[in-house]
Amino acid sequence: MENPTTSKVVLLACGSFNPITNMHLRMFELARDHLEDTGQYSVIKGIISPVGDAYKKKGLIEASHRVEMARLATESSEWITVDSWESQQSDWVETSKVIRHHYEELLAREHNRDDVDTIKYTKKRRIERVQFITGKEVSFPKPKHGPQLMLLCGADVLESFGIPNLWKQEDIAEIVGRYGLVCVTRSGGDPHKFINQSDDLWKYRKNIHVVHEWVTNDISATHVRRALRRGRSVRYLLPESVVRYVQEHSLYSAESEQKNADVVLAPFQKYSDASTSG
Amino acid sequence: MASCRVPLVLLACGSFNPITNQHMRLFELARDHMHSTGRFEVVGGIVSPVSDGYGKQGLVPAKHRISMAKLALQSSNWVTVDEWESQQPDWTETVVTMRYKTHLLYGLKTATFGKSRLRSVNRFLESPTTLKRKYSGKISKYSSLKAQNTKLTRPFPQLKLLCGADFLSSFKIPGLWLDDHVEELVQRFGLVCVSRGSLQPERAVHESDTLFRHRRNVFLVREWVRNETSATEIRRALRRDQSVKYLIPDSVIEYIHQHELYTEDSERRNEGTALRPLIKQAHQPIKSLDD
Repeated sequence: MENPTTSKVVLLACGSFNPITNMHLRMFELARDHLEDTGQYSVIKGIISPVGDAYKKKGLIEASHRVEMARLATESSEWITVDSWESQQSDWVETSKVIRHHYEELLAREHNRDDVDTIKYTKKRRIERVQFITGKEVSFPKPKHGPQLMLLCGADVLESFGIPNLWKQEDIAEIVGRYGLVCVTRSGGDPHKFINQSDDLWKYRKNIHVVHEWVTNDISATHVRRALRRGRSVRYLLPESVVRYVQEHSLYSAESEQKNADVVLAPFQKYSDASTSG
Repeated sequence: MASCRVPLVLLACGSFNPITNQHMRLFELARDHMHSTGRFEVVGGIVSPVSDGYGKQGLVPAKHRISMAKLALQSSNWVTVDEWESQQPDWTETVVTMRYKTHLLYGLKTATFGKSRLRSVNRFLESPTTLKRKYSGKISKYSSLKAQNTKLTRPFPQLKLLCGADFLSSFKIPGLWLDDHVEELVQRFGLVCVSRGSLQPERAVHESDTLFRHRRNVFLVREWVRNETSATEIRRALRRDQSVKYLIPDSVIEYIHQHELYTEDSERRNEGTALRPLIKQAHQPIKSLDD
């Protein structure tokens, strides 16, 4: 039931998905309902992009498992899919690059651009980014007929924009300025306050859609891993097929939780290296 | 030794209007908890949807609630749906449902108490005090069976009521429960109460003398993950055409759409009617020997 006056939207969720839970999946459903309820958007696709092993988060198990579990979890969905591109990269990939990659793919599919056009477009965008960094006001033009790609996340990700050295300022600006953010509030978060307190976010507040989850649902992957370590049931917190997969492969033990315990998270490594090298 | 654990069956009564993932989580959490005490082995779970006679607002016909529960529990290898309560013409007190199920578990049927099947069933529904008074002669058979039971290495399973913290707080509501029934529920059977959200079951136990007296038979399970998903919220979302996927099983969602359940009309059902327990128990004296 696509209304010709609505903009087409694709939602992209990046994260560990370690493992994927019903809460992650709910996020997509809530976001879609919210956007379509405004009457302005038509959500045509959802993409789950699990992070690569190079992210080095504590307790992160192999990407191959995380991707497979996400696939099993979305089998029953008509619109949510899993993309393994990010997980297959040997280095950690910044979120803004992941978004760019998927956006380019979307455009290429929509317009069947030939190579020449793509190169022209990429050059133009690079110029725009430089202008932004130097402080010149730049609006991020969106193609008129292509779908919009928005980053879907929880309030915790939004608030992580404030953690030093986790994000580059220009990346944040690009994500909210060019693409857009759909932020689903979890219990305890106050995204509006956070947006208000950041000039970058405030400038692009029209591109930030805050979805209130009226019914608190705290099923976090951390909690699920803890329950599994203690031999407790996680049924009905994850899709049935994922529960079975976890059992079959004996994932998530005290050992797996210690993985990367003494390693620095990739973004911190990358950005602190950059600052020390000047 | 294989196990000194008491076999346990968990029975959950409620509207299940509709059944949700959260309901099924209760069973999983309760089973884990009772196992971890080292004293029990949970051998079964029963979902017993209330009959239409309950008169709660928004209650859809029992046959639908039973079908949905069956669909939801298809993938479970230990929890089943029991239709007995929903098939009774009038609302059945929780304690009566538990007595009935207990007798079934003990395997006591027609043979023990009499020829007429109907009479026997009615006898099962009587309280232990009444049974003692009426059948003091025949009661020896009953108590000897009970005695035999405790000598068995694998005794018959115990039945405990599984519920959420809101259920525990409902004991306070005037007219909703008979004091005798609450007493029997905690003394004879026992409760396994899973807390969620901000409710504090410990407080409910503290504030009730009956519950406090039998606190050793009230097992409190803490659900650390705050999950306020409730059937009420599900029905609200459905009325507003919002997604409930991943909150209830896909098969139940399909069923709801097929039968067009949960609309603004269905939510108005029983509007203005008092709950059946409040009516039924209003006429009965507080302390009664005849249940």
